[in-house]
Amino acid sequence: MSRFSFLKSDRSNINSLLFTGIILVTIGILDVSLNTFFKLNLFSFLPGITSFLFPFIIAMFGFHLIRIEFTGSKTIDILNKNINTSTFNAALTLLILFVVIKAIPPSLSWMILDANISGDTKEACTGTGACWTYIKVWFRRFMYGMYPNEQHWRINTAFLLVIGLGTFGFFATEKMKKFLALYYVFIYPVMAFMIIYYLISGGYFGLEWIETGAWGGLSLTFIVSFFCLIFCFPLGMILALGRRSSLPAIRYVSIGYIEFWRGVPLITVLFMSSVMFPMFLPEDFFMDKLVRVIIAITLFEGAYCAEVIRGGLQSLPRGQYDAAKSLGMGYWKMHVFVILPQALKLVIPGICNTFLALVKDTPLIFVVGLAELAGMLALAKTNPEWLGYAMEGYIFAAIIFWIICYAMSKYSYNLEEKYKTER
Amino acid sequence: MKYKILAYIFFIVGTSDLLIKLFYGNIFSDLTEDYYEIANPILVFTPVLFFSLGGIFLKESKVSLSVENFGTSRLKYYTPQLICLVFVVLIFLFFTFNAQMNMENRGIDFGFGFLNQEASFDIQFSLVEYDGLDPYWWAYVAALLNTLLVAVLGIIFCTILGIIVGIARLSPNFLIKNAAAWYIEFFRNIPLLLQIFFWYYAALRALPLPQDASPLFGVTYLTIKGYYMPAFVWNNLNIFIYLVLAAIISIVFIRYYAIKLRDKEGKQLPVFYISAFLLIILPGLSFIIGGVSLNFEIPVLKQLSATSFIYDGGISVPPELIALTLALSLYTATFIAECVRAGIQGISKGQKEAASSLGLTTNQVLKLVIMPQALRIIIPPTTNQYLNLTKNSSLAAAIAYPDLVLVFAGTALMQTGRAIEIVSITMLTYLSISLAIAALMNWYNKLIEIKEK
Repeated sequence: MSRFSFLKSDRSNINSLLFTGIILVTIGILDVSLNTFFKLNLFSFLPGITSFLFPFIIAMFGFHLIRIEFTGSKTIDILNKNINTSTFNAALTLLILFVVIKAIPPSLSWMILDANISGDTKEACTGTGACWTYIKVWFRRFMYGMYPNEQHWRINTAFLLVIGLGTFGFFATEKMKKFLALYYVFIYPVMAFMIIYYLISGGYFGLEWIETGAWGGLSLTFIVSFFCLIFCFPLGMILALGRRSSLPAIRYVSIGYIEFWRGVPLITVLFMSSVMFPMFLPEDFFMDKLVRVIIAITLFEGAYCAEVIRGGLQSLPRGQYDAAKSLGMGYWKMHVFVILPQALKLVIPGICNTFLALVKDTPLIFVVGLAELAGMLALAKTNPEWLGYAMEGYIFAAIIFWIICYAMSKYSYNLEEKYKTER
Repeated sequence: MKYKILAYIFFIVGTSDLLIKLFYGNIFSDLTEDYYEIANPILVFTPVLFFSLGGIFLKESKVSLSVENFGTSRLKYYTPQLICLVFVVLIFLFFTFNAQMNMENRGIDFGFGFLNQEASFDIQFSLVEYDGLDPYWWAYVAALLNTLLVAVLGIIFCTILGIIVGIARLSPNFLIKNAAAWYIEFFRNIPLLLQIFFWYYAALRALPLPQDASPLFGVTYLTIKGYYMPAFVWNNLNIFIYLVLAAIISIVFIRYYAIKLRDKEGKQLPVFYISAFLLIILPGLSFIIGGVSLNFEIPVLKQLSATSFIYDGGISVPPELIALTLALSLYTATFIAECVRAGIQGISKGQKEAASSLGLTTNQVLKLVIMPQALRIIIPPTTNQYLNLTKNSSLAAAIAYPDLVLVFAGTALMQTGRAIEIVSITMLTYLSISLAIAALMNWYNKLIEIKEK
């Protein structure tokens, strides 16, 4: 008869220990699952809170029993190594498992099982869950703002065209490659601006004029962040070069500019653009609110962009500068042909992150009265016919932004990894 | 040498110019109206011009040698700078000129005198005594304190959460590691404004009304109108504070003594236990023999009208503050967690092994070898995140929490119409907070940087 100790696992009776341990853990998890899914309580005979805590206690004990090195079973070894390294870890593991099990039924029933999506009015929402009808009805508003429904193809076409022009770099031949920087920094912004101006704003070629007040929704988020990115890039480049210049006046002006914009929150910049900026312009000079906001965000984001590009410039070895100088190149020749092509390639992940921050900051323009996605949500929320569905709206917006931002952050992470190995 | 003298002359002229302008106004204002209107915008910026010229000459006195070495001609050295300065000054002139014309047309004059006028608006929540009769500058102080309150609360919570998540990210436990990773990926990729809206308009609106609320921890109530908790009512608070101070001072002395003892005789004092003991015993004594007593003012339900209830007494935390603090700390904690993780991962394994092979205990390894090095990596980006949190706290305006932007750049601006003054004050406030923290961080970086021989 071999010794059987519960308190301290040893190898003398390893199989019975493992067997008991696994059974105990299974019972614990099974009890919690039954409790949440079928409202059954296996241990209801126990008094008070003990019946609530019992699955946790026996599962802990089970984990304690199977915590043996080299059990002989591969699965249990992996379990031990990953989720059962110590008592504390086992407790945390169980806590996470139980919380996840407990959280599944309410969220599932709210999101899917008890939710409604059919119908076109509020009356269609009869279930206790989410009312996705609300999202369905307002979907076009959330995407395009107050832009007239029959004109939505113009926004779509403009975006497709801009994206199509943006992919030009992938198809460029070897001969064209040296013009890519020129294309992306100077030609592309101008073309994109023309496309968006003529197609979305209209007024020419028989297209109906639609004022910027009607623009909104997610498309406005894209328009604003896209323009801010393409305009802040050249600005950032100039400022970064200025900050590294050996001429004191230029350097101090750049430093002052960068530190000023980095020190103030975006919301005050937007306030400035909407209330203070008109005071600084000649009286009969009218500038559209959207344009003012884009200028303000560009100036703001240019400072961040400059810091990113400066990082790229600084990471180049000094030898590159010396080599260029020794070839007799001047300041501009050196930067245009030697330094910037290398530095800009290095900062692409950083620029990607700046763009990510920019997209996340764009909902702020809601504060000055531009109805992008957050603004449209606020508008829809206060609509008397659709009161009480704030939760659905915000969850929808969060999911959309999450997908965009997550994809972008993964992309920039991949780029970073790629360039890390290349150097 | 001559450049240095020139530089100082320009600095002195610039300073005196600035002082004259500040205290006596423009000396040329006696001149005719027409001339004044054109010249005034230029004259406002003469100190800037003088200072810049002085700066250039001062720099020149230092770099003139190196300039000659690199063979850059004088012309190439001065022309771009001059163009840049003239460009900046021209932009400023253009703006000032337009601002002056616009203000004249609208009948407003530039000045900060309005700060002493009666504000005559109310602030929902403030840390200091404030009512509508107080002047604008006092409203500014109250709003600034509200901003700082959110920032401080957010920094405290996000630090705690960030450290926990950052360490969890490195846990050997598969589930914990992934839970932490998903937390970070989730909260980092949703715009902060949406998160604030979610907490304020969706999550906190689901809380019970005051009359239906069940107590949390016995005496606090979490309701749709905010969080109500008991207030502390101290008796003889000063004695308590003196004793806490005494405990802290004696701990400092004991630490000093322990280090001396260790260096001289090689003995270790259990400093931690002694300090904990002192910190508990000395303030505890004040309750027993010092005559200090602590009572709680517990919030009680009060009926305002037939359907409106409120909790009276105690401290009430408005829902705006809760939503803002929650969103800010959950959002910023993701970044801090990444900083903490990077810091801990940045220490090579060899450091730990070397320290253990010297015979240090696990705690000593952590305290004397790992943490000082990890902190060097962690602190600069973390300070940056604190700065971001402070700047992001201005989003409070979107949910009507009375912070600097809402009260000052919102309500006060609407009432006075002084856009330029108020927006500049607001921006300068944030700017000075940022610069102060940045300066502090630079000083700290200098302090902890590796001193190479």
